[in-house]
Amino acid sequence: MRMTSIKAMGVVAALSATALGTGAYAAASCGTDPVVLNSYFETGFPLPTRLSEEFTKQFPNVTFDIKEDQFANLMENSPRVLAGDNAPDLIRLPSISDLVTDGLLKNLDGYFTEFGWDKFPASQLVQLRINESGRPRGEGPLFAMGLNYSLTGVFYNKTLAAQIGMTEPPKTLAEFDALLEKAKAAGIQPIQEWNAPTAGFAFPLQNLMGAYGDPAPINDWIFQKPGATIDTPSNLRATEHLEKWIKAGYFPADANSIDYGANMGKFIGGTGLFLFNGDWESGNLDKQMAGNAGFFLMPPAVAGAKHAAMSAPLTYGIGAKAKNADCAAFFLNWVATNAEARKINVDVGGSNPGGPPDLPIPAVAPGSVTEATLAAGNVLAGDNGAMDFIANATGAIFAEGWTPQLQLMMGGRTDAASALTAVQAEYEKQLSR
Amino acid sequence: MTDTSSISRRKGPRPPSSHWGRGAFVAWLFIAPALLFYSAFVLVPIGTTLYYSLLRWNGIGVAQFRGFQNYLAVLTEPDLLSTIGNAFQLVLYFSLLPVGIGLGVAQVIRRHLGGPFGTTARAILFIPQVVPLVAAGIAWSWMLASNGVISQLLSLLGLGGWSRGWLGEFDFALPAVGIIGAWVLLGLCTMLLVTGIAKIDPTLYEAAKLDGASGWDEFIYVTVPGLRQEIGVCITVTVIAALASFDIVYIATGGGPGGVTNVPGLEIYRLAFAHRQVGLASALAIVLMILVIACILPIQWIMRERGR
Repeated sequence: MRMTSIKAMGVVAALSATALGTGAYAAASCGTDPVVLNSYFETGFPLPTRLSEEFTKQFPNVTFDIKEDQFANLMENSPRVLAGDNAPDLIRLPSISDLVTDGLLKNLDGYFTEFGWDKFPASQLVQLRINESGRPRGEGPLFAMGLNYSLTGVFYNKTLAAQIGMTEPPKTLAEFDALLEKAKAAGIQPIQEWNAPTAGFAFPLQNLMGAYGDPAPINDWIFQKPGATIDTPSNLRATEHLEKWIKAGYFPADANSIDYGANMGKFIGGTGLFLFNGDWESGNLDKQMAGNAGFFLMPPAVAGAKHAAMSAPLTYGIGAKAKNADCAAFFLNWVATNAEARKINVDVGGSNPGGPPDLPIPAVAPGSVTEATLAAGNVLAGDNGAMDFIANATGAIFAEGWTPQLQLMMGGRTDAASALTAVQAEYEKQLSR
Repeated sequence: MTDTSSISRRKGPRPPSSHWGRGAFVAWLFIAPALLFYSAFVLVPIGTTLYYSLLRWNGIGVAQFRGFQNYLAVLTEPDLLSTIGNAFQLVLYFSLLPVGIGLGVAQVIRRHLGGPFGTTARAILFIPQVVPLVAAGIAWSWMLASNGVISQLLSLLGLGGWSRGWLGEFDFALPAVGIIGAWVLLGLCTMLLVTGIAKIDPTLYEAAKLDGASGWDEFIYVTVPGLRQEIGVCITVTVIAALASFDIVYIATGGGPGGVTNVPGLEIYRLAFAHRQVGLASALAIVLMILVIACILPIQWIMRERGR
């Protein structure tokens, strides 16, 4: 509504009105002169491009020069791209620790004050704060923003659920176990999960960790706080629970050779009752399994206990050498606060658009998976149960720690205790190098 | 054979130094473009890799000199050593299978080289060579999936119990990757060996036949010695492909499951770009280069044609 009048009033008025809308004073803006935002996005995800198109529609003096790369290439290239003379104004960041250490990212604390980002829930931005020395994360200046805030949990096939008499999501881990057992007995694949070439089993594992214990120590480990360990008694119980699921045959026998794409194909095709994954698939499942897919947060081990789940921002930063840093920051603020941007975010991205909690979440189709994941996000926020992904603890802990250990566990070549010890040893080795 | 240049050098007076200097200058002029490119894209990168291998450096920030500590890590850390062991296992598949099958094919189609059978067989066997490695890796990973062609064939043969996701099995993943590599390299080896066998003097086969040699004797005493140089080239190329393998492994298994197919090429990539340990990655690259040279030199020596 506000933005409709803004457009009629012209660009200058638009900028000040938007700033006022978030309760800030004369904040950074895109001005009125032509601006080309040098942008480096992730291939395969249309959300940032759709947002950029809408932004140009609202602010015609701003256009985007978009380059795209696969996630793995972003990992490799982002330091060199940011260190170059033509550093991006906006860049999708796989991780921020090394980039901050090398002074390649702009400190956003100034914008935090200007745009009034203190009104955002602190938990949304905590993963994007990092000490300027590169560790620990979770405290210190803000170095990135989320384009949206994704959430992981358990998707389920409603038709298969009905076949085993599941009428509502399980409320405890024991209830969840009973459903898995029923599915197995009925000849239904209980969990459809991938474990190659990277370990999708990290999703059920971290959900189990959240079911058994407090997310805070897990975040400490991910944020590389001194003395943090993943090898805790509650995490060991979670890993043993995963091992129990493996031995019970709840995962596909060939999970070590199933990759992400093939796994999604199988789940959408009706193979598998449950799938541990994130809400970035909500829109996809709403299209391809319309009305037949549901979602719930991993139930806690104890009835009535708080929920905990992996929830991470879709991280975007501004290059330290960016030529249009103010406009890029204005764009990031607009994404979180503009009604149309938030609608695009939910429709295309399927995740929570973040921003101040008093802003409404755009309406979605009743009964859709997207509705279920957005509602789950509210429950998680209420329980303060968000955790970063255990794969993000170091740049290589996923490839060198979790993936081989979880593949070994799936193959019956290691046990829960040894796997956790090995991951902790790898973590310490990587931090010591 | 008469070496006329050496005769003229012995007989004639030594050319004036200015003439020799001009000749050398012209020679360098011809060599210069290639030398420039070779230096820029081979020698300088090797030199910088050697230098990086002595550093602790993330590729962007300030580097610290570490001496030979990176080499010590490469030679003592079991995870890094195991990648080298895996690469040597791949040599068995990447080299022995294509060379062995290529020799067999060459012997079989030797008599039909000009005919439609020989031409068709050569074309079919060369096809893997023109398929991009990444495409081959993807296609094979589909075929080797639990519901892929290989498992379907086994089911048809009543061996459904053997159906499995081959690339995800600890005992079969490395052999499966090896077979993909063998398939890719088979075309090159077959082409080289078939071309080589066409150059063997047919009278040698006739003489062998007159002496009562069997097909096996012909193969051992005529074909194999006659193809010694081609076999040398095949083994050299395939051993390098195995030890320096990256693309097939990256696409097919990503080094999994549990690291059983991890190879130095993949680990160098991960160390440099995921761990951002450019020094350690460079040290592993140098060790790999030395290993490749150490394997190739004896092969070259053994296969060198003697008696010249």
